[in-house]
Amino acid sequence: MWKSGKPEDRTAPAPQPSAPSFEPKKEIRPMEPFKQPDNFRAADVANIGKSVIIKGELSGSEDLFLDGEVEGSIDLADHNLTIGPHGRIRANVHAKDVVIHGKVDGNVYGTDRVELKRSAVLTGDISTQRIVIEDGAYFKGAIDIKKESKPAASAVTTSVVKETPKAFAAAASFEPGVSPQASFAEEKKY
Amino acid sequence: MASVTQNLFRLFRGETASGDAQQATGQGSDKAARAKRHSSGLAEFTKVIAGRENLCILDLGPTSPQNIALLTGMGHRIYNEDALLCSFDPKYQSKNEDGTATVNVESFLNENLKYQGQQFDAVLAWDIPDYLHASLVKAAVARLATVMKPGGVLLAYFHTRDAGPEAPYYRYHIAGKDSLDLQRGPQFRLQRVFNNRHIENLFREFSNIKFFLARDNVREVLVVR
Repeated sequence: MWKSGKPEDRTAPAPQPSAPSFEPKKEIRPMEPFKQPDNFRAADVANIGKSVIIKGELSGSEDLFLDGEVEGSIDLADHNLTIGPHGRIRANVHAKDVVIHGKVDGNVYGTDRVELKRSAVLTGDISTQRIVIEDGAYFKGAIDIKKESKPAASAVTTSVVKETPKAFAAAASFEPGVSPQASFAEEKKY
Repeated sequence: MASVTQNLFRLFRGETASGDAQQATGQGSDKAARAKRHSSGLAEFTKVIAGRENLCILDLGPTSPQNIALLTGMGHRIYNEDALLCSFDPKYQSKNEDGTATVNVESFLNENLKYQGQQFDAVLAWDIPDYLHASLVKAAVARLATVMKPGGVLLAYFHTRDAGPEAPYYRYHIAGKDSLDLQRGPQFRLQRVFNNRHIENLFREFSNIKFFLARDNVREVLVVR
């Protein structure tokens, strides 16, 4: 049953009515926990932690998760690179798939795909076949969509997290084999 | 300096300095409300770019995945630079002798609106001139004139006096040939209102200017280099 205890008997203070707030209402987005991709297997992916600082040339022949700092160049050829939320990169990046959660200052060449997550901050040019940019990502630079060299692949897809309006879908057309234009920014050196 | 930069990016994302606690509690909505808006200026702009491929297009607004997808999907090359956000970087800010804030135009232009000799066929300036610091507007437009190809087009929006000083700053996402999605952006303050004469003077280096008066106290301008 309900107790008729007096307010002063309670050890915990009674909840006070909330004071009216004069601060403007601002949109706050919930913090999203960092998720590894579905096909991510730790055993197959080299991992560089957030306390690691590398100056120089970083190259390899396996997938890499990079959460530290790199100044120089990164070349993973046909392998995938994920730059974690703590990653701070001042380098030109070459890899197959490049997923960016952190900060990159340099040009990014993804032979297959480049993905900017909402926490990504990229200053540099992107050259790739497919690009995915989440709303909230910061990007300053040029985007060069390379045409797929395989003749079977008739179209290059550019996808975004937000829905692409259909009005323009028909206008999207690509001719395979057309060479990309010159880069806006010259090759950055670090 | 790093924290200042971080705060700038948080401002870009519409977050606040006190947002961390609320983020941890998971409050708020990830889907910012968007409003649709018809744009006659955009319709003209898309007419110019639609029949062609491999154009170089400069988007001066905040990074819009939608715009990037559409424009690259049409076969164009896009360069994105959030000129307004960059102008608020503290390293460009200084104070006059009377204590009023100003922007170091030279240092701003040394690091921004620089494209390595690249020339653009089209520029999306949105309503950036209305929110840029007064000292930057003419210099920025003059710089744009130098990086545009002859015959290139620039789309800009200018608020009318009726919009008021608290006119909200929007991120513009192209939704169709003549329609935009408007998403509330960071709380930048409208710096001034240009009348038609001001706008003509601002773009006097350009060859042609066309005005479209919209219903929502915005004047759309399509300028030809």
